[in-house]
Amino acid sequence: MTPSWIALIVLAIAAAGFVLARSRALRAAAREGRRLHSLPGYYGWTAALYAALPALLLLAIWLVAQPAVTRMMVWPVLEAEASANAVPSLMMADVQRLAAGLDAAVETGRLSREAARDLPAGEMRAAMAAQGVALGSEVTSATRDAALRWRRLAGVGHLARTIAVIGLALAGAAWGVSRAAPDFRARNAVERAMRGTLISAALIAILTTVGIVLALIFNTIEFFRLYPASEFFFGTTWSPSFGGGSELGILPLLWGTLYISLIALLVAVPIGLFAAIYLAEYAHRNVRSWAKPMLEMLAGIPTIVYGLFALLTVGPLLVEAFGRGGYLGLGWMQGGTAVMTAGLVMGIMLVPFVSSLSDDIINAVPQSLRDGSLGLGATRSETIRQVVLPAALPGIVGAILLAASRAIGETMIVVLGAGAAARLSMNPFDAMTTVTAKIVSQLTGDADFSSPEALVAFALGMTLFVITLALNVVALWIVRRYREQYE
Amino acid sequence: MNDMRTMDNTVLNETKITARDVHVHYGTTHAIKGVDVDIADRTVTAFIGPSGCGKSTFLRCLNRMNDTIPGAVVTGKIKIDEADIYDSRVDPVQLRAKVGMVFQKPNPFPKSIYDNVAYGPKIHGLAKNKAELDEIVEKALRRGAIWDEVKDRLHAPGTGLSGGQQQRLCIARAVATEPEVLLMDEPCSALDPIATAQVEELIDELRQNFSVVIVTHSMQQAARVSQRTAFFHLGNLVEYGETGKIFTNPEDSRTESYISGRIG
Repeated sequence: MTPSWIALIVLAIAAAGFVLARSRALRAAAREGRRLHSLPGYYGWTAALYAALPALLLLAIWLVAQPAVTRMMVWPVLEAEASANAVPSLMMADVQRLAAGLDAAVETGRLSREAARDLPAGEMRAAMAAQGVALGSEVTSATRDAALRWRRLAGVGHLARTIAVIGLALAGAAWGVSRAAPDFRARNAVERAMRGTLISAALIAILTTVGIVLALIFNTIEFFRLYPASEFFFGTTWSPSFGGGSELGILPLLWGTLYISLIALLVAVPIGLFAAIYLAEYAHRNVRSWAKPMLEMLAGIPTIVYGLFALLTVGPLLVEAFGRGGYLGLGWMQGGTAVMTAGLVMGIMLVPFVSSLSDDIINAVPQSLRDGSLGLGATRSETIRQVVLPAALPGIVGAILLAASRAIGETMIVVLGAGAAARLSMNPFDAMTTVTAKIVSQLTGDADFSSPEALVAFALGMTLFVITLALNVVALWIVRRYREQYE
Repeated sequence: MNDMRTMDNTVLNETKITARDVHVHYGTTHAIKGVDVDIADRTVTAFIGPSGCGKSTFLRCLNRMNDTIPGAVVTGKIKIDEADIYDSRVDPVQLRAKVGMVFQKPNPFPKSIYDNVAYGPKIHGLAKNKAELDEIVEKALRRGAIWDEVKDRLHAPGTGLSGGQQQRLCIARAVATEPEVLLMDEPCSALDPIATAQVEELIDELRQNFSVVIVTHSMQQAARVSQRTAFFHLGNLVEYGETGKIFTNPEDSRTESYISGRIG
């Protein structure tokens, strides 16, 4: 039986448990002439939850664990034949494909159950090809034996799974129904189940984060085993070559990242902040009601669209002005892709981040402070400069730092707008590249995941992660540190 | 300003503010319906009345704070020292320096005590140098009856003071720009009884130099601090006169009902 069928049956059992428990509780209350502790529905929910939750959890665990356990039990069959340079995972993959092929053949009726079991190893490749399953090599007898064993174990496993899960669901439902008596505090039981559900959702989010960080850390350590950390952190040349002898210094990439982010912030902070001040302090309610959503729509544009905009519009425009033969006659710019191109476009992308957050923060400054200042005969802009902005400053700094961490992590605009040359230069009209863009280029294509050229992506990612994490922590710290000033 | 204590009673009845047929609309709400009142100089005038009667709204007409509220329309004549404050030649920003205001909740700026008081004088350029500014700040804090408590920590944040101290700081801040009229919108409603007593004592002292208009919910407070009382009800000025008379022998039946606690 497939897992989805099992899940459906479990849910049906839970529904039956709901109905039974609810009516049992009602009958018991009527018979004993007492009030139920909880509303009748809660008794139903208890039985349904007891039936469904443990059973579905078991099913999930089983789905994850069964292949691993089966693999462990099949491996001894193959082990005898495995040569020194054979890769176990590849051999196992062959076995699994063969087993799946045999399953499909039996299901479609191309082979009978017995024929599938007795098919000699030599004929298997042809039989599988007829079934549409391509095998890389002739099937050895060990592989055949392993595949047959796999099928047998899988069959047993699936049967056991069905029995165990449905059995657990039935037992849970029965227990839930049996407890449906007026004294039972079903409402509290449902409350506990709700809390458990919420906790597990939070746990999944946290564990995923931990898992990602751990994967980053282990791969980074692996990279530093192959490539010296000092050369990675202090090297000024970035020239990976998959043939070996790469120089993987992060400095040019870090410089490009920070330079582009700086230009982006120089664009985004004044525009975003002034827009926020206008919206929060000057704009009429009607203007605000459409201008704010319009501005926030900028944040909804996919960054690849901004990237196109950088490549096709902003880059050429800048070349016309600053390029060789441009109307400013400066000749600073060689091509459309440059730090300035990416920085300007990224700045526009960040405007809504800065403005939206700052607007909320400025609005959070109590009206009484504005009244106090206006009541002393200050003008509006004096009030904003001397009272509102200082009071809102910590929040605004936090907003800017959040925008900065967005800028540092941004990829698509950089890939399309900044070029691919890793270079340490002060000229903002030079093409440069960033950490994110290089992570993309190191991992796209046929990368060998054990080479330093591919693993360096993890070290780059780790560096980026540490920088943005530090920025976020500082931002949160600043916001929290100064928040109580309003009181 | 010199010591004017000696002149205390001689100028009691000189009129400072004259209001004639003042109406205020907030959108479709008619908040003030034709108020006529004469407010005397160097006197504490109390505005009392049930919530929503328009007393705070009328107070905010006197320094044109209603201008900062979108949708508020004020009509009628309000004159301070015979000059119409709603005349198009009057800059409301300048007016507010002359007519100081203290709010319901203490609202010190998130700055130091010194900077809170120096804020108004700096904006209006009242001090030529640091020494003069120091002098203005000290004088204002003394008038706010808070100098002794804060003189050793002028550069500590104003938000760190207690509620009563904050409110006196706000009074000192309003006084620092040398206003002629001081408007107080329920200045004690967020304070405990001890802080209230201190602020009331201060209001009585401020009468020496300013015309004080105070909105209050507490009739006892009005009786304690004011010389004249105006009773507002549903946007109308019902009765206005000597405080003693209003509280002991009111002419209007509505005033009597409010004072004896039957409406409110």
